[in-house]
Amino acid sequence: MIKVENISKSYDKVEALKDISFEVEKGELLGLIGPDGAGKTTLMRILMTLILQDRGNATMAGFDVVKSYKNIRLLVGYMPGRFSLYQDLSVEENLNFFATVFGTTIEENYDLIKDIYSQIEPFKTRLAGRLSGGMKQKLALSCALIHKPEILVLDEPTTGVDVVSRKEFWEMLKKLQQQGITILVSTPYMDEASLCDRVALIQKGQIMQIDSPSTIVENYTRKLFAVRSGEMYRLINDLRSFEKTDTAYAFGQYLHYTSKNDEVEATELEQYLLEKEHVQLQVFDIEPGIEDVFMELMSGKEL
Amino acid sequence: MRTILYILQKEFIQIFRNKTMLPMIFMVPLIQMLILVFAATYDLKNVDIFLVDKNLSETSRELVSHFEGSPFFNIYDASFDLAKAENSLKSDDADLIMLIPENFESDLIRDDEVGLQLLVNAIDGNKAQLIFSYVQGILSSYNKKVIAEWKGLAEFNPPLQIKAKISYWFNSELDYKWYMAPGILAILVTIIGMFLCGMNLVREKEIGTIEQLNVTPIQKYQFIVGKLIPFLVIALFDLAFGLLLAKIAFNLPIAGSLALLFGFGTLYLVGVLGLGLFISTVADTQQQVMFVSFFFMMIFILMGGIFTPVDSMPDWAQTLDRVNPIYYFMKIMRNVVMKGSGFTDLIEEFVSLIVIGLVFLSLSIWRYRKTS
Repeated sequence: MIKVENISKSYDKVEALKDISFEVEKGELLGLIGPDGAGKTTLMRILMTLILQDRGNATMAGFDVVKSYKNIRLLVGYMPGRFSLYQDLSVEENLNFFATVFGTTIEENYDLIKDIYSQIEPFKTRLAGRLSGGMKQKLALSCALIHKPEILVLDEPTTGVDVVSRKEFWEMLKKLQQQGITILVSTPYMDEASLCDRVALIQKGQIMQIDSPSTIVENYTRKLFAVRSGEMYRLINDLRSFEKTDTAYAFGQYLHYTSKNDEVEATELEQYLLEKEHVQLQVFDIEPGIEDVFMELMSGKEL
Repeated sequence: MRTILYILQKEFIQIFRNKTMLPMIFMVPLIQMLILVFAATYDLKNVDIFLVDKNLSETSRELVSHFEGSPFFNIYDASFDLAKAENSLKSDDADLIMLIPENFESDLIRDDEVGLQLLVNAIDGNKAQLIFSYVQGILSSYNKKVIAEWKGLAEFNPPLQIKAKISYWFNSELDYKWYMAPGILAILVTIIGMFLCGMNLVREKEIGTIEQLNVTPIQKYQFIVGKLIPFLVIALFDLAFGLLLAKIAFNLPIAGSLALLFGFGTLYLVGVLGLGLFISTVADTQQQVMFVSFFFMMIFILMGGIFTPVDSMPDWAQTLDRVNPIYYFMKIMRNVVMKGSGFTDLIEEFVSLIVIGLVFLSLSIWRYRKTS
């Protein structure tokens, strides 16, 4: 459904995208995961025919993003990163406006948006600017869906939304996917990666890895420890000054630790830390998550 | 076509929901018409004279009494000290120093001729010219009287003279307000139309809604037309409102056809709104639109002949005015309202406005891009 071939884009001297290629199958949910400034939005804007790439080709549902942009606009729903509906129009007026400019009506495609729209329908006379963050997202999604698109492109839809709404939002995406809609979604949150069929880890304008979340994690073969002590700040400093240490990052309540060439065992690490007079010390093996993979990739090493 | 209707519907909902919009639509014409028209007057009144009468004779006193009797002049102060008089000119208290020399009366009797010194504050050249011509008027009527009395000519045998009988056409009472009102009104609809329209489009950019609009199948021309029509309607409404105010407040006679006036108004507004839209397609923020629009407005207005006749501008300025829409509309407004000009009198303006409108409008449609 989506095909990207060797796309590059620069803003002045900054290279936002470097020779990116990937494909998304029909009905697939692909997550673009990467930190701010990785190039996620630029890529989406090129696919949405809002900016032109410098080099390379891309097609959406078989239509070229440069030549056949008019066809694409009819087939694709887009939800920009920033809330882009009219704050001074009501919920219903917004939805109505976007339905009519696509030459359709709310009634005609009500089935598709029913699950989402029914949650905000009680507030349909309220101005969009007065909605809560979660409700704004639902309205934006409804507006992006109102013309029954085949592809949905969502730019960081869950940024700045509370945990409960985020969870709900992903459930909605899953339902849409079941209806055969191809979805491309970007997010800075690693924990959302496992909800995608495949994820593309993107950084500094390059896709570092693209695969299903489980495969990505399986490919990670490093020996990983979780470490905890009574003094976390001193712990991270002590670990980083340990000559055999490769990486030590804080992950929630624990530090995730890898050593150079994976030569350190749990006992050795524990021994070292006890010498440093750490108390309440915990050291144990853990299974890697997608975040560990990403941190590894960010540090610029091959797996 | 239906798409344009939906855009219009959306625009009007937003305009009437905007709390600053309605006061703008009604208060701006009210204030501009009722305050600016009175303030922007060329009528000269209350010129303050500082009198230095070193002669204090019967003749000099009579001359002074002529000035006192005039509605335009006012003896602000009198002294023998010229330095004091000059100070009052510097401090802007007096507009004019009239210096009557010591031997005014005796020289007049002996030599049949005498000098009188006038020092005029000429910061405002126009005003100085006007003061000078008013003074001339008073002096020449006084001269005539002196000649008649002293030469002993009888009242029945007045000296020969040519008297011009002037009849003022199109504004017989020389009411300056009637001249200013159509001009101010032309500026008013320009400000309302161009600024509101330009700001509206760039606001969509600022709050990001343009992003969502750009991925819809709305076409460029539909979008531009949808943005243009609401403000065209508002500006035309303000034109009607302003004319009504002028009619009520200073009984402005409307000699020409209203249909013609509004027809030209529409044509003109399409042009300036097109310019406003063009500016806002280039700009990124409302602030930039304000600044650039203001720049163009200032040039257009001052060169358009609101205060100073275009005919007396240098040739290059008159050539530049060929592309100044305000110049044409100001002329049309004044000619239709005061003179009752018909369409055939305004063919040249008609063609020029069509060209200007087409250029600005196509520029804005061309420059508005869905892709950046």
